[in-house]
Amino acid sequence: MAIVFEKPKALTDAVLHYCPGCTHGIIHRLVAEAIDELGIEGRTIGVAPVGCAVMAYNYFACDMVEAAHGRAPAVATGLRRALPDSVVFTYQGDGDLAAIGTAETVHAATRGENITVIFVNNCIYGMTGGQMAPTTLPGQITQTTPYGRDTATAGFPIRMCEMLSTLDGVALAQRVTVDSVPHVKEAKKAIQKAFQNQLDHKGFSIVEVLSTCPTNWGLTPIEAMQWLRDNMIPYYPLGVYKDKDAQKEEK
Amino acid sequence: MKGNEALAEAAIRAGCRHFFGYPITPQTEVSAYMAKRMPKIGGTYLQAESEIAAINMVLGAASAGVRAMTSSSSPGISLKSEGISYIAGSDLPCLIINVMRGGPGLGGIQPSQADYWQATRASGHGDFQNIVFAPSTVQEMVDLTFQAFDLADKYRMPAMMLADGMLGQMMEPVSFPEDYTPIQADKSWATNGHQNKRPHNIVNSLYLQADELEQLVVDRFARYEQVKQNEVLVECENTEDADYIVVAYGATARIAKAAVKAAREKGLKIGCIRPITVWPFPTEEIAAAAEGCKGFLCVEMSMGQMVDDVRLAVNGKVPVSFFGRTGGVIPTPAEVLGEIEKMAGGDR
Amino acid sequence: MTQNILLAGFGGQGILFAGKVAAYSGLMDGKEVSWLPSYGPEMRGGTANCSVCISDDPICSPLILNPDALLVMNKPSYDKFIHKVQPGGVAVVDATLIGDREEIEGVKTCYVEATRLAEENDLQGLANIILLGKVLKECGFASLEAVKKGIEKSVPARKQHLVEPNFRAIELGMSL
Repeated sequence: MAIVFEKPKALTDAVLHYCPGCTHGIIHRLVAEAIDELGIEGRTIGVAPVGCAVMAYNYFACDMVEAAHGRAPAVATGLRRALPDSVVFTYQGDGDLAAIGTAETVHAATRGENITVIFVNNCIYGMTGGQMAPTTLPGQITQTTPYGRDTATAGFPIRMCEMLSTLDGVALAQRVTVDSVPHVKEAKKAIQKAFQNQLDHKGFSIVEVLSTCPTNWGLTPIEAMQWLRDNMIPYYPLGVYKDKDAQKEEK
Repeated sequence: MKGNEALAEAAIRAGCRHFFGYPITPQTEVSAYMAKRMPKIGGTYLQAESEIAAINMVLGAASAGVRAMTSSSSPGISLKSEGISYIAGSDLPCLIINVMRGGPGLGGIQPSQADYWQATRASGHGDFQNIVFAPSTVQEMVDLTFQAFDLADKYRMPAMMLADGMLGQMMEPVSFPEDYTPIQADKSWATNGHQNKRPHNIVNSLYLQADELEQLVVDRFARYEQVKQNEVLVECENTEDADYIVVAYGATARIAKAAVKAAREKGLKIGCIRPITVWPFPTEEIAAAAEGCKGFLCVEMSMGQMVDDVRLAVNGKVPVSFFGRTGGVIPTPAEVLGEIEKMAGGDR
Repeated sequence: MTQNILLAGFGGQGILFAGKVAAYSGLMDGKEVSWLPSYGPEMRGGTANCSVCISDDPICSPLILNPDALLVMNKPSYDKFIHKVQPGGVAVVDATLIGDREEIEGVKTCYVEATRLAEENDLQGLANIILLGKVLKECGFASLEAVKKGIEKSVPARKQHLVEPNFRAIELGMSL
């Protein structure tokens, strides 16, 4: 019988620990497919975050380093500088990348550090049980914003792609999501480009993936997808915020 | 050469090609020297956005299997403590320089030894140790740098150079070894890309199963035992016939030695013990000396931190007194001599 | 035999440089040496001093509190250190910049119009080295040959044209 579908080689056989309906699984797969298709697993090193994806080092078949909370871009910088022929990616959540690790993110970006950053934004701290994230929407209820995020006291969400797009070191800043087949296809293209940029020494590439957290949002997986469409996409519009290639073409 | 520059040059000659730093007085010359030299020899000098980022860059580079280092002064080392703990928990080798200044808080910028506890007890959360070297001359800063990289590689643990503002800033003549070869350490654990030739490596400090984590820590401590057995460095002077012994490390040891010399000229039988590694601590040497002497004086540029280790080693056999200046004030030989005479006073 | 030289003045007067020359001179003579600067947030205009030890034996404390020789170029440092000089020691004072003329028992005080002499001899900015020449004459911490080598070592490569004026300044100081 012909094999028509199989697990990417860049994923191990370990069973994912993610909650039912969580989109981390899809995003892991997209990253692994990109690694497979570019044939770079042997020289790729991934950096896992602290957050739900903390155990990503068990799932990706390439060499993996587990970083402290928020420090993945710094660890990736050390790896990338020590191994000039390698491919280095980080896989980070919103708390890791946009709260505790904001400085590391912004400075790796402005240095044009030649790494690929996969940023999973689900508007909440998942692993610790659903607290407010830097990307939690105004009015959104979480464990630490029980009356809804009050922007008067808790401030506003951060739009990372928009913010990073102003930096000269950034080669690609693109926001995608995985709520539908066309969107998944688009996300895959973006992730592949983010790796290709690294192979072409173009600099810092970030792909922000809007993701769901049915468990902590208190929704079914299907409701969660709808919540993402209704609430997240309007606040975090999908699209390419910075692409050095496109800018060159315009000139 | 200036102590800070000599140390940087020694690190380069020890094969370190990856330096990640952040400016802070009084260690800045280390960074400046690296910034000048690294680009010329194909190495990496990177000024990080913070000490936190710098130590995590070291973690990344060390994961790749290369010799990597960072350098800072007291407040910066506090920021690095997170990364140091992760490096220890991931069994990675690296070198961390602390050119100590007065604290706590922003403190001052004059020399101090008030980070002894931090270096030997608490350079981060969790059960772990660093190998901590305490040079007392610029030459020793050079020699110990080679040793620090070697031992870090050998035992897969962070090594720390615990210097102070005085050593960092002063100039003394130095010579560099001509025939240094780094020890051959197994680095098959490095995450440098498996090239499809081996299973994937993971550098990690997370173990959610309590018994698994316990076993890892126990194994690590077995390695620490080896370090304690094999790697203690200490200098004992005139301890055989000594009635009293002065214990001091780093720059303070030089001042203590001047006082001991003066005391001996006055006919007092004073010896001097200078720990060169403060972890592992020369417990046995001090315990042995305690058998034959009447008391110890510990001298530090702090309110008394190493004195705890001296007391543990002496184990109540003879009295241990302490003299220290802190906040960046350097004790004078005359002050130390006064304390020696006070201690020996009862014998007159 | 150990000679402890303390040099003190304002930042920018070349105090640390003169100390470096002294330390390198000792090194050229095959002695043990140490050079320890005071360091602080002010780069220019604040007080600066440095301790230079030159010895036949390994140097214990590199920090000098009671120097055998004091080279001083400003009033605050003069007030701070003039009474700290060891009995039998020497104090060399820039008399152009410091008005006091205190004589201290057991200490040879030399009031040298170094800054004025520097102006007159086309040696602007080298009052420090003129004073070092006087210290050299009074306590012979090194041979003149070694001091000249020390100057060659201390002057940065891109400023080699300053070596010759430094030689003249040292010799002028020694002639006083």
